[in-house]
Amino acid sequence: MHVTFSDKDLAFQEEVRAFFREELPDDIRDAMDSGVELQPDMQIRWQQILYRKGWAGVNWPIEYGGTDWSPVQKYIFAREEAFANAPLVIPFGLRMVGPVIYTFGSDEQKQRFLPDILASNVWWAQGYSEPGAGSDLASLKMRADFAGDHYVANGTKTWTTLGQHADWIFCLVRTSADVARRQEGISFMLIDMKSPGITVTPIILLDGKHEVNEVHFDNVKVPVENLVGEEGKGWTYGKVLLQHERTNSAHTFRSEYALRKLRAQANRSVRGAPPLADDRNFMRKLAAIEVDLKSLEYIELRTLAAISSGKAPGPESSFLKIKGTEIVQAIDELTMEAAGYYALPYKAEPSVGEGAETQSALTYFNNRKVTIFAGSNEIQKNIIAKHVLGL
Amino acid sequence: MDFTYTEIQTMLADSVGKFIDNEYDFDTRQAYAGSDKGYSEEVWSTFAELGWTAVPFSEEDGGFGGGPTDVMVLMQSLAPGLVVEPYLANVILAGGILRRAASPDQKERWLQAIIGGELQATLAFNEPQARYDLASVHTTATADGDDWVLNGTKGLVLNGGTADLLIVPARTAGATVDEDGITLFAIDADAAGVSRNAYATVDGLRAAEITLDGLRAGADAVVGEVGKGFGALDATIDDATLAVCAEAVGIMYVLKDKTVEYSKNRKQFGVPIGSFQELQHRMVDMLMACEQAQSLLMWSVMKRDAEGDHCKRAVSSIKYLIGTEGKKLGEDAVQIHGGMGVTWDLDVAHYFKRLTTICTLFGNADWHLDKLADTAPQT
Repeated sequence: MHVTFSDKDLAFQEEVRAFFREELPDDIRDAMDSGVELQPDMQIRWQQILYRKGWAGVNWPIEYGGTDWSPVQKYIFAREEAFANAPLVIPFGLRMVGPVIYTFGSDEQKQRFLPDILASNVWWAQGYSEPGAGSDLASLKMRADFAGDHYVANGTKTWTTLGQHADWIFCLVRTSADVARRQEGISFMLIDMKSPGITVTPIILLDGKHEVNEVHFDNVKVPVENLVGEEGKGWTYGKVLLQHERTNSAHTFRSEYALRKLRAQANRSVRGAPPLADDRNFMRKLAAIEVDLKSLEYIELRTLAAISSGKAPGPESSFLKIKGTEIVQAIDELTMEAAGYYALPYKAEPSVGEGAETQSALTYFNNRKVTIFAGSNEIQKNIIAKHVLGL
Repeated sequence: MDFTYTEIQTMLADSVGKFIDNEYDFDTRQAYAGSDKGYSEEVWSTFAELGWTAVPFSEEDGGFGGGPTDVMVLMQSLAPGLVVEPYLANVILAGGILRRAASPDQKERWLQAIIGGELQATLAFNEPQARYDLASVHTTATADGDDWVLNGTKGLVLNGGTADLLIVPARTAGATVDEDGITLFAIDADAAGVSRNAYATVDGLRAAEITLDGLRAGADAVVGEVGKGFGALDATIDDATLAVCAEAVGIMYVLKDKTVEYSKNRKQFGVPIGSFQELQHRMVDMLMACEQAQSLLMWSVMKRDAEGDHCKRAVSSIKYLIGTEGKKLGEDAVQIHGGMGVTWDLDVAHYFKRLTTICTLFGNADWHLDKLADTAPQT
């Protein structure tokens, strides 16, 4: 047993570390450190820096412009990215619809969509959940009726993250009602957000921010060439994508970065108050999260070692999602606690307090979502109970 | 990066596993636990013949040259048997401290005998007032000519009732909680001045409270340097902590598996109780606790292997996790077994009791969390 990297991997780590040190623009770095939401233009600017380096398609095969990295290289990249506090790429194009298109799409679709996804020229949104289909995704009702050279789409998608900026949306839609199982008759479709009949209405979250939307489709014409793969097989394609979403949800390195910052903060006096490090109760909570995180890090490494030796990733992605998001929330809670009264200012201008502390409560509120989205943690437990424990 | 065992470690795990499967079923274990000595001498000889008593010792000391990883493999493989033979007391504790502190002559005399299976020894690491603080040593050793005279009481001496040799930390200088001034003595357990109040522990193993009253020991009884015994004591207890954590992880997997199996077979309201979502989620928590504990154990052991005795954070981290998640897993296993879970006849209760005992041994979760709170992680 050992967890040392090969010389080749260590050289790669140096290269990645230098890239983040030299190429992450100061204004983006400052925005990230302050804990406020990144503006869309900053986000795109960063993704295009990654693109020019050839590192936008981390999971993509080389023939479509991807990195062709080994699992260990991807791990190293994610770690350096987190420790540099660089923005995460918006996942909907690069991490979700891109892989579905290069795996299940036609040659024409690949040529038409993949280059713009890779270059972040087109902003994608995800159309999965509906007002009546949350954890029970298979109960989705949005319809796309075949009408010769196009489909006519009707229905509502919800929780559409950053949909207000989107140029395109990928949707799971019902193309046939005559099915034995609810998971059948669902198709995976690409829809131009400029199509007549689409309206986007904001949903304001508890932190006051416009992050998600409802997207309404009223007799929207979708050309038949925008259907991905076979009609009625959308559920299978969508599941592949969800597994992707969950494997990326452990956030181990982001959590490690946040914990280190919190420990550094606890070690110094803030506004003349004694350091929090003198408070045994606080430090015990911090230490308990550190233990939890270390164990998750090694679960991830064991999974990585298994994948590297050729084993397929299984339902443990559910496991990483559960534990990873619990830890994110525990850190957010402790960070808010560390700020004390300075967690309370809401949209204060000019700002009060130091660094990101006045964002801490808002981050805590906002991140209640992480145990809910991408299949709630309770749904993940159902999956593990069924597929791992055989219950 | 590689989390697989070496060929030798795989062979060790296989041979221990086979022994438990073929020769150490639950009824056999219960019979040994209930015997006069509380374990089987015959089984102990088998341990020595198979070379298991040699695992943690260097080749120079006549051992197998194993490190923390080998001990982990062995302890985790022994766990399903709920083994009552004094591997922890004799090999890990007494052997461990002799390995670190004893002179070549002393090793020849005692360590060889431990490896050979001929000597039962133990380490009296605890005192009644100490709780988990190893430096809290009230037992005194006073020089009298070339001899030493020892007075004091030792609490929870594992296998203290049956051991032939006791390694006893006693204070030769300093205040009662100083790390400096503790000297290690090797004492004949039947010597005049030693009285032993032996008892069974709740997990079916044995221990004793031992009083030393004017016990005389010669200069050759001193193990290591006078006044400098704490380092070896502390490092030995850290090794032992990792060893029982490995046992605990083994037990956690057994309890998880048995509970899932039971929930598939036990029917209530006309259906298997494993179909109830509340119980399913609890069993998923049990599975996650196993994977967390196994992963953190591997980290701790690798860290200890790489960094040696300085690596205390890894030891406290895994002990804290076992003390919280392991404890909860044991309780849930009993709960899901319902009334059967609280009966003497079912092995589940005995795994639970051993796991609970391990949670207390060498410092409970609170004790280790305090240690973690007081020190920063190395980057």
